[in-house]
Parts: sequence; structure tokens; C-alpha cells
Amino acid sequence: MPAQVHERDTVTIRIAGDSGDGMQLTGDQLTDTSALMGNDIATLPDFPAEIRAPQGTLPGVSSFQIQFSKHEIFTAGDAPDVLVVMNPAALKVNLKDLQKGGLLIVNSDSFNEDNLKKAGWSANPLEDPAALRDFSVLKIPFASLTKNALAESKIKVSEMDRSKNYFALGLLFWMYGRTIDHTIKWTLDKFSKKPDIAEANIMALKAGYNYGDTTETAPARYVVPKAEIRPGKYRKITGNEATALGIVAAAQLSGKDVLYGTYPITPASDILHNLARHKNFKIKTLQAEDEIAACGAALGASFGGQIGITATSGPGVCLKSEMINLALMAELPLVILNVQRGGPSTGLPTKTEQSDLLQCMYGRNGDSPVAIVAPSTPSNCFEYMIEAIRIATKFMCPVFFLSDGYIANSSEPWHLPEIEKLPKFSIKHPTAADGAFFPFLRDEKTLARPWAVPGTPGLEHRIGGIEKADKTGNVSYDPDNHHKMTELRRDKIRRIADDIPPVEVFGEPSGKLLVLSWGGTYGTIRAAAVEMRAQGKKVSHCHVNFLNPFPKNLGEILGRFEHVLIPELNMGNLIVLIRSQFEGVRATGYNKVSGQPFKIREIITQVEALL
Amino acid sequence: MSTPTIVPPPTAPVGTPEQPRYKKDDFVSGQDVRWCPGCGDYAILSVMQKTLADHTKTARENHVFVSGIGCSSRFPYYMNTYGFHTVHGRAPSIATGLKCARPDLTVWVITGDGDGLSIGGNHLIHTLRRNVDLNIILINNQIYGLTKGQYSPTSEKGKVSKSSPFGSIDYPINPLCTAIAAESTFIARTVDMDPRHMGGILARAMQHKGVSFVEVYQNCVIFNKDAFQPVVGREHRDDRAIYLEHGKPLIFGKNKDRGIKLNGLKLEVVDLTAHPEEQANLLVHNELDPNPGYAYLLTQMTYPDMPVPFGVFRAIQKPTYDDMLTDQVDFAVAKKGKGDLKQLLFEETWEVGENG
Repeated sequence: MPAQVHERDTVTIRIAGDSGDGMQLTGDQLTDTSALMGNDIATLPDFPAEIRAPQGTLPGVSSFQIQFSKHEIFTAGDAPDVLVVMNPAALKVNLKDLQKGGLLIVNSDSFNEDNLKKAGWSANPLEDPAALRDFSVLKIPFASLTKNALAESKIKVSEMDRSKNYFALGLLFWMYGRTIDHTIKWTLDKFSKKPDIAEANIMALKAGYNYGDTTETAPARYVVPKAEIRPGKYRKITGNEATALGIVAAAQLSGKDVLYGTYPITPASDILHNLARHKNFKIKTLQAEDEIAACGAALGASFGGQIGITATSGPGVCLKSEMINLALMAELPLVILNVQRGGPSTGLPTKTEQSDLLQCMYGRNGDSPVAIVAPSTPSNCFEYMIEAIRIATKFMCPVFFLSDGYIANSSEPWHLPEIEKLPKFSIKHPTAADGAFFPFLRDEKTLARPWAVPGTPGLEHRIGGIEKADKTGNVSYDPDNHHKMTELRRDKIRRIADDIPPVEVFGEPSGKLLVLSWGGTYGTIRAAAVEMRAQGKKVSHCHVNFLNPFPKNLGEILGRFEHVLIPELNMGNLIVLIRSQFEGVRATGYNKVSGQPFKIREIITQVEALL
Repeated sequence: MSTPTIVPPPTAPVGTPEQPRYKKDDFVSGQDVRWCPGCGDYAILSVMQKTLADHTKTARENHVFVSGIGCSSRFPYYMNTYGFHTVHGRAPSIATGLKCARPDLTVWVITGDGDGLSIGGNHLIHTLRRNVDLNIILINNQIYGLTKGQYSPTSEKGKVSKSSPFGSIDYPINPLCTAIAAESTFIARTVDMDPRHMGGILARAMQHKGVSFVEVYQNCVIFNKDAFQPVVGREHRDDRAIYLEHGKPLIFGKNKDRGIKLNGLKLEVVDLTAHPEEQANLLVHNELDPNPGYAYLLTQMTYPDMPVPFGVFRAIQKPTYDDMLTDQVDFAVAKKGKGDLKQLLFEETWEVGENG
């Protein structure tokens, strides 16, 4: 009897196993296929800092959560409907998140004494009726089924176990009515130099699919219809990919070459990996000896008249701070990408957090204002990256691009922009001086100084970190001049507010409660607001992408609400800026630092407490 | 070590008068020079200005001086070229970015013993090993001057200074030994009080394709006066310094009566008056030796055991970092075509129609 087919609006699946079990690959494939089948998707990869933590242990667990839906969705879902675990450790770490009544699929082969002990189970939960009674449990011996399926393949028996994730993927594809074609194509391409492995993986994938089809193990099949989303061309994108593409696009739009100076650091390195492949766009990538040199190389390129970009995460920003101040003092463009992770110090390298806002705002000696831009979704990293570069080159100043581990690694469908409609921005360099050249003579509107580049005859000049005299740029220790220059540097950053769009309010423009957010928490908070408003609750949401300066209308908006709730994945960063810049705002923080994004439920609970 | 093979130097000999386009004054910025009276930096600045005016076809606007922090790092302010006075120890990194972005420029790095070898030691080593086409001038006075007299990483052990009243217990670092350890392709030493020699070395450094590392002995008249006097003072110079010339045997002494030979893995001084037969065994200077071992031995010749070498220790050719970086971009363009943004963005897309 064929399995019953049910229609669902949305499904959240989490797959978890050892970090060597290929969970990220499996999740990526599920994502790609769901996107290609027209669902809206959102993902949440979660992996350990160790590349291969000891097998079977709790720290070695890697997981990937995906929500696919027929509606527009903002997050990868609070709690999975389906949890697939490849070993007892993955069960131990993830079971608490599975919805009551949810489906648990277990690789029963791995529940042996040794693995159970490593994961800290005193008894085998699969044999304990109480342990899993809240869930439907499907025990499937993935490892042995895979081994049987690969009996005819050319790979060694010892290697067969590594294809078991493909078996599980095949089963999931069958359960959710997905096709296996895309994964087959991708696998052939990915393992083109190892055809035996490609063949084995595809055999396992098909075996998993057929297992679902021919046995009657699975309780049901589910169909998630196509989402009703805006027509157009889409691709799947992660934040780091969109950031890299934003850099390429900004180079094209401004007609400039880019030098991307960086030092490997999680979770920013993928941007380097992406860019290093795009050298034909005249992108030079330079892997420096350390974070400082990476920033120095970017600044050197900027002095030379090109777009200098450096990327890192919080610990790297600590090291680059002196160089950022030099860029600020020399008034050269510099774009600093900070893909935030859990801190302080080494902190939680692979987990997300938003705790570097005040570091970027204030973490340098002297009065040192810089611009700060923060994307809020994986795909809008593209437009905010372009914006960061545009501001840096227009205002001749350092600009932080403040992404985070969550949006950097998560993916979503990206409604591709029309290339022709992307805003071009021109960058001008003076070519000759009539009479004396004044390297610190400012543009009246932006207060930016001229970007005269080496190689231009007649404009030879010297810049540096010592205080400069206004206009001439000569070294000056004059007290009044220092005061004036400090004000000019501050005012220049303030004037960026004239160059950015006003912020918008979702919901009523005034009222009792406004939720104010920034950065990667956008999806969760907007989803919470949508859900609550659908229930008739009066809550508005405002999300800022420009953190310094703030959009000009922000103060006025805040003043229209009795209470402002500021949820942040830190102990209170934005709230400090709000309180210091807007008097009389009644702001309450909601703070979480667990290395995980907010859940929609958590936000709703906080909002309800204030309504 | 095999006997060096002698081939002519790769660049034009020092002092070839090219068509002068500039006067020395064209390179004077007009900002007040604020070094102490008698500071060796004045001589270095003057020789640099003259060298750029005399010895190059490079247009003034294509010279860029990048420095770190310290007395010598004020240098760019006084040169009428493009200049960038940066942060302590990091000038090589900024110069690297500049040269990679703009290979058309002639980029100089002015640093000191504290700036280049203490706080900036890491950047110096990596810039040298990458062979970025920069001219790095390390002005060594074996003391911290701008912070008013602490011992530096090149100060001799036992140095009594403000921060080491009982004598420093640091073993000093040897700048040229560091450079050869990083396999710098051009290594030279000169001294502030010998403008002719310095001019020749600066010109060679500029002509060298690849990273050039020049140590200049400099006299800090306030905090470390006459530190190099025992070697470079007029009365002893002939006996305690040895001038390297490519293809010529290593000979020194007022009467050219002493030479250097190799004994096992060590260099040794031989008295040519007492042992004229040793003439045939003398080491012949070969700056082109690809093996860094020979230049390393020269860096180990220190006072008072050996005469101190001046001149070009090493000048070899290998592809530069900036060239290879440019080549990769050119190759990518040639292979894939000039980047097409639309094509890049619209990789692996799917279409959503009006009906979802």
C-alpha cells in the first residue's frame, strides 16, 4: 500500500551527526533541491569549531536545519518537525529541540555501547520506552543498508560508511516528494575526479529513495507546494557569498580594482574563498601574515587609488584597530568586514553573536568616528556591501560592514536584482592643481578631502597618522587646529546621514510598543511581528541597517512609541547607542548570548510581557 | 659551498649618469626638518634626494615613501614625493598593498631598528620572503631615539640605557642575517658618513627588481653617539671595514694586505704579507650566488673579530610577488574573459513565474 500523501505549508528538518558525517553537504543538497522546487527556504548550519572533534562525542556534533515553505519565511524555524540523527551524541545534543509529536529518524546502527558511552547515555534510549515517548521514532540502520546497497560498487568496504548521509538524504527526498536529479548532477560534478565515490554516493542516494518507496517504514509522505513568491529569477545564496558578490559588483559599478587583504579567520574566510576565484573581475586577494598586515595592505591599495577591503571577525578587529585609526586620520577609504562571532577573546568561533557593535563604534584610541553598516539577511549582504564601499569612497573614511555568523552561513532564495538598475557610483581623483594643491581641502557637502593618488604629477603630498593642519595637511600640533580637525572628522561621518535612506516602520507608525533591531536578527523579529500582528496585537517593528550614523528619522520614530524593546544577541550594544543619542526613549533590552539566533517564540514572549 | 661562478652584475654599474631630469632641490619638500642637529638622518635624506635626481628615469610623482614610527620614519615628510607616515612597524604591509595595487610605482620603505626589527619584525620577514618589489631602507642606530634613549633590538648585549641601567640582557638581532634568513633577493649595507657609497647602494637598491633590503649604519648623536665609530671612524676604517665588489677577492687593510678565505664552514682572515700564497685561496665576492649560505657567512662578519662588510651582499633574481599577483589576474582574464557581473550573479538560478 503506497504511503499516504499529506500537504503541509511548511516543514522544518534538522539533520545531525558527527562533524565528519557530511551533515552540511546533506543540508545543502536538501536546500538546493527545495529552492529549485519553488519553496521559500531558510537554513541554519551549526557546526563545531574543531574540524574533526573526536568521533561520537558531544562537541563533535554538527547539524543543519532547513525550513521550506509555501509561504514567505524569515528564519530556519524555531523547532524542527523532523530530526534525523546519525549517532547517540547527535540525539543527546538535539533531542530537546524537536517538537513534541515530531518525527525522529535514527541511524540505529550507531547506537552501540561505545557510542552511547561517549555521548553520555547511561542506557540505550532506543530501548527505553520512556525516553522517546513524545515522538514518532523511525529506527533505520542507515550504515548497514548503505553497505548492502554498495555491495556492487568499486569502493572499499571501509569507505562505504561515508555514503550513509546520501542514503538518509535519499529517504528525505522521497518523504518530502523532492526529486533526486539535482543532487545526482551536483555529485557527479563535485566528485568528477573521484568517479568511484560519485557512483557510490549516487547508489546510496537512490537506495535511500527506493527504501522509502518500497518499504512501508515511513509513516507518511508530505508535499510542500511551491511558495507564492515574487516572480523573477532566483538563486540560493548565503551571506558570505552575497558579500563576495557585492564586492565584485561594487568594483564594476565604480570602475575600480579591488585589493582584498585578509587573514584566515572563521566565519569570514569563505568570503576570501569566493573572491579568490573571481580574479578575472580584477579582484586581487592577498592572504597576509596577520590581521594587521591584511588591513595595512588594504589601506596601501586605497592610498594607491583602488578599493582596499579587509575582512575578519571580532578578534581580528582588535588587531586592526590601529590601522583603522590611521585610515580615519589620513582620511582614506577603507572597508572593514566583521563577520561577528561569539566573543570575547577567541570566544565561540563558529557561533553567532552581535557583540562587536560597540567595539566597532568605539574600540580605538582618541575620538575616532567611523561609519557602520549592517546587513540583515543573507541576500541583502549584497546591497549593503555595495553601500559600504560607496560610502567609504565618497566620504573618504573607514566603514565597517557588520555581518554575523548566522547570516554569513545561512542561505535563502535571492530575488536577483536587475544589473542595469544597480546604482553606478563614480569616484573622482584630482588630476592637476591650479597653483598649490591642498590635500585636506574639503568638499563643502560631504567634508571629504580630495583623493589624489600617487603617480599624478604636481599633486605630490604627504599624509600620515600625526595630526594635520586643516587644508594643507602639513603636520600640526596647534591646539585649536586639533580641536577643529576632530570636529571635522566627526561632522563628516554625521553627514553620511544625508546620504542614506530613512528607516521604515513595519506596523503602526506610533503606539505602545516598537521592537527595534539591527543585523542578523531581522528575520526572527520580523516573523514574530508578522505572527503577532496577524493575531491582532499592536506591535511595530523597525530594523536599522545603518548604525553610524543612524538614519535621520530614527529619533523621531522612537519618540512616537511609549516603549521600545531592543532584542540583541549581546548584553546590550545598540541600546547603549540609542540611550546616548536619543534622550527620553524608554528602551528595554532583551539579551541572549548562547551562540544561537533568537527563536520566534522567545521574541513573542518578550513582546507579550510588555504589551 | 661550491666556488662562486662569476658573471657580470645584472644591473648597470653604480653611477651611470642617466639623463638628469631633476635637481636635488626638486625632491626637497620644504617642510622644516626636525631631526636633532648632527643626526645621521640628514645625510641619508640628502643622499636620497640626490640619488633620485641623478640616477633614475623614474618620474618624481611615481616615487612613494612609506614609513612607520620613529625618528627615521619622519623621512617621507621631507621628500617632495608622495609619502605616507603610517603606524609603528607596519610600513611594509602598507607598502605591499600599495605596490600590489599599483605596480607602476617605485615604493620605498623607510624604517629603523626598533620599527623594522622589533614591533615590525613579523612584517619585515614576510615582506622579504614574498619578494615584493620594494626598496626597504633600515636606518640602524642601535637605540630608540624618539622615545628618548631605550636600548633597541640591535643594541649590543650589556648596553646601558635609560631602560637598562644595569646593562641590557637582550642578545641583539642582526638585521642582514634576518634578511638572508628570509631569503631576501637584495641585501646591502652602507653608512651615513659615506655619501658616495650610500648613493651607489641606494641606486642599486632602486634598480633591483624584487625586494631590496639596505641597512644603513646611522649615528644617533644624542642617545648613542659614535656607536659605529670603532668600525667606520676614519682612523680604523681601512682595517675594520671591508668593501664588497662583485667578482673581486675579499681584501681589506690600508695596504690591501689582508684577505678572507673559507676554512671549512668558517671565514678566516689571512695575512697576505706573511702568506702571499694565500692570495689564490681568497674568497671571490659573488653577489649572484643563489645559495644564501655565502651571504649568510658575510652577515656573520662582525667587529671586533672580523672586518665588517659594506656593499651589496646579494643581488639575485626571482619572480616578484606583485608581478605574480598581476599575472594571475591577467591569466584569469585571458582564460575566463573579462568578468561579466550578470553571468556571475545569474549562476544556477531558477525562475518563478506569475503563478508562483
